[in-house]
Amino acid sequence: MGSLFRSAEMTLCQLFLQSEAAYACVSELGELGLVQFRDLNPDVNAFQRKFVNEVRRCDEMERKLRYLEKEIKKDGIPMLDTGENPEAPQPREMIDLEATFEKLENELREVNQNAEALKRNFLELTELKQILRKTQVFFDEHEGGVNPTESMTRALISEDSIARQGALGPVQLGFPEKSIDPEEFFPCFVAGVILRERIPAFERMLWRACRGNVFLRQAEIETPLEDPSTSDQVFKSVFIIFFQGDQLKTRVKKICEGFRATLYPCPEAPADRREMAMGVMTRIEDLNTVLGQTQDHRHRVLVAAAKNIKNWFVKVRKIKAIYHTLNLFNLDVTQKCLIAECWVPVLDLETIQLALRRGTERSGSSVPPILNRMETCEEPPTYNHTNKFTSAFQALIDSYGVASYREMNPAPYTIITFPFLFAVMFGDMGHGLIMALFGGWMVLKEKQLASKKSDSEIWTIFFGGRYIIFLMGLFSVYTGLIYNDIFSKSVNIFGSKWMVNKNWTFENVRNEESWMLDPAKTYEFEQVPYPIGLDPVWQMAKNKIIFQNAYKMKISIILGVFHMLFGVSMSLWNNLYFKNKLDIICQFVPQVIFLCFLFLYMVLLMFIKWVSYAATNDPGLLKSSPYCAPSILITFINMVLFKPSKVPLGCDDEMFAGQMVIQKLLVVCALICVPWMLLAKPIIIMRNQKKLSYSLSHQQMQSAATENGDASVGATDQQPMQNATQVSAGHGGEDEMTEMFIHQGIHTIEYVLGSVSHTASYLRLWALSLAHAQLSDVLWNMVLSKGLIVEDWRGGVALYVIFTFWACLTVSILVLMEGLSAFLHTLRLHWVEFQSKFYAGLGHAFQPFSFEVILDTASAPVEE
Amino acid sequence: MPVCGPKLSLCGLIMSIWGIIQLSLMGVFYYIHSVALAEDLPLPEGEIKDPAEFYNDVDVAYTQNAYNCWIAACLYVVTLAISGHQFWANSRSSLSV
Repeated sequence: MGSLFRSAEMTLCQLFLQSEAAYACVSELGELGLVQFRDLNPDVNAFQRKFVNEVRRCDEMERKLRYLEKEIKKDGIPMLDTGENPEAPQPREMIDLEATFEKLENELREVNQNAEALKRNFLELTELKQILRKTQVFFDEHEGGVNPTESMTRALISEDSIARQGALGPVQLGFPEKSIDPEEFFPCFVAGVILRERIPAFERMLWRACRGNVFLRQAEIETPLEDPSTSDQVFKSVFIIFFQGDQLKTRVKKICEGFRATLYPCPEAPADRREMAMGVMTRIEDLNTVLGQTQDHRHRVLVAAAKNIKNWFVKVRKIKAIYHTLNLFNLDVTQKCLIAECWVPVLDLETIQLALRRGTERSGSSVPPILNRMETCEEPPTYNHTNKFTSAFQALIDSYGVASYREMNPAPYTIITFPFLFAVMFGDMGHGLIMALFGGWMVLKEKQLASKKSDSEIWTIFFGGRYIIFLMGLFSVYTGLIYNDIFSKSVNIFGSKWMVNKNWTFENVRNEESWMLDPAKTYEFEQVPYPIGLDPVWQMAKNKIIFQNAYKMKISIILGVFHMLFGVSMSLWNNLYFKNKLDIICQFVPQVIFLCFLFLYMVLLMFIKWVSYAATNDPGLLKSSPYCAPSILITFINMVLFKPSKVPLGCDDEMFAGQMVIQKLLVVCALICVPWMLLAKPIIIMRNQKKLSYSLSHQQMQSAATENGDASVGATDQQPMQNATQVSAGHGGEDEMTEMFIHQGIHTIEYVLGSVSHTASYLRLWALSLAHAQLSDVLWNMVLSKGLIVEDWRGGVALYVIFTFWACLTVSILVLMEGLSAFLHTLRLHWVEFQSKFYAGLGHAFQPFSFEVILDTASAPVEE
Repeated sequence: MPVCGPKLSLCGLIMSIWGIIQLSLMGVFYYIHSVALAEDLPLPEGEIKDPAEFYNDVDVAYTQNAYNCWIAACLYVVTLAISGHQFWANSRSSLSV
């Protein structure tokens, strides 16, 4: 019982598993996810453990699966994710799996290699085809006349000379100026293909290395070609180089090699070229069919693998996790059984026993595993049972700090206070409804959405907090009703209690500067409040904000003081549970007195003010009129400073009889609490220790005396030693004492100053709610109103457009941004103002061995 | 035939449902002369001379705004139909792939 209010009771257990049954048992425990194993051989490194071989095999399998997955993704084949959760396979199945993956991987690699070779071949042939086609143009041009080529060469030279002019001055021109005989011109040439971006450098290099004795022509290949090794699309160019002589030939070839250009044989005679082109075309055709078949084969293999790959991943990861866990175990001397130590929730011992029995049965072993509890002085891990509803709230608490073991858990109270404080800042029925609908949709479609597993981080956060969002929305609708705000407009549900002044003439109305509502005017206000929330007429009033501020500020302080008082009273439950009597007397009691006598009293004053003062213009009721109503803040400040409050003429000094005396008493009591908190605990501890050490030393003296009588020799030996230990203990005690004083001092200062600043901090409830109301008002007036004041039927069309705009702004600014800011402020109010009163948060989380968690974390990085 | 993507059509769906509900309600409120919406009426500028005339102007503006709201709501019905069709087409095309 009470598992929600405190973390679960944990116990350290020793688990004896028969070697044969260990695998099945651990697998069952992994499905259960309620056991945290401890590493029993932390000084053994990862490679010396017992099951390192199996882990390595699993790693290898996982690598193969990842390779397969990559290939599947590359081909865009959908992977079947049935969401089923296969059990961890038996160890002997591992061999089957390994064989399957090996076969698949080899097949795939072979197919890929073949495909790559074929593609390379295809690329070469395409390049050759392009060369034949382009060079045809060059040769045709040449037959047409020399002029174009010559102008081309000129262009090259001039470009080159411009480049060199700065450094070398006048360029020594080579030979290309001389007229070239067509017959002499092409004794030799090479043709090839080069990457397009290398062309300029290549050209320049050729020119310089061969001193202008070669002639280069190039043409771009329009279509991009696929690089078979990287499968990138690259642009290339065809070039042809003419030159004379063998020396130039070797030089040109070397340059081509250096620039990674591929050279292709190109016959000189047009007929040969045509023949060759024909041959190339047919070979490309053939290659295409072969390539298609290879692709088909690859596709078939991958489709078959895609059906099972998720399943395989789960299986392999489970095996790996099991062997990892087995590696944490100790081996018995007889090698017959494995010994494990684990943290286990006491309430779940029964289920764990059952799981272990199932595991034994599955492995066919006859010896049942033994689970016995161990005594330990170690701090157990903190484990809070959560379900899908509470887990989000628990996460909010845990992100501040994991609770100490068996400490009061603030999560159950947060379920109500969090959405409520949020809603106080976010009070608007319209915005709350949008939020509630969004949250409600996520809650309703929970199963479908959860199985989709989106990799968008923002969506994951929203989905994780769906219950929080839903509750925040609902609570905001409620506070919106109280503030009477729906998209900054009020609704008149129960009929306003204000009426129009019947005596006013048209002139009165026209001359009225501002429309202030004064509840004291009985001919305007019925003197009966609106049944629930704010009267809708305030929406039109000029003094709306002043009126609301007084209300909202008081409400925020009242809520805050009760929230903090609740936090302080939680520390009582903590102390009662840990049997910390000293802390109750020396901390809890003065803390409560301090908070109640100062701040709860202030809250009380607010209620007294609300009850005993009313708006009236009746001179007979002057003493309970707004004229005499004191300011609570001023009263409070005066109370702390022991100053009498100044009152206007004709008013009572006090709000109730004996106020001044009571106030002085309260302040004095509260001030006494400060030294009480500061000194009481350390002094009591110090005195206890002194008493203890005195009685101890007394005993020792006595025993020494008796010993002296028996054997004086032994006693003289012992005495110096005892003295020494005592001295050291005394030193340690002194250090401890100063530390305790300092700690207590910090704690007291934090509490005393904190209760002032924290009370003020709750004013953020008012500030944010005011900001939200004003912002939504501005948005309505600046945007939607523009669509409403257009005349004629055109207004309808304008409204249609502007409404969309307004709706988008409402969602993005008012719901998302304001919602986020209100959320963060609420979080702060819980973490700082509430939890600082009782929550230590020094524990470490329970991290059970669970397949679910392992699979989730393993699949996350892969999906990215 | 899907023209806009699945996200845009979903956005259009939600937007138009919201628009239809809110605008038709606002139309009703204008029709019954709700005081809360009086600030957003298209009234002629300048000093008010004659109360009767002013009342008449306000009445006309209220009715006009009610009709305008309903016109906009009707336009959102059209938007709803279009984006609904788009949504349907998108979900069908994604299923057939």
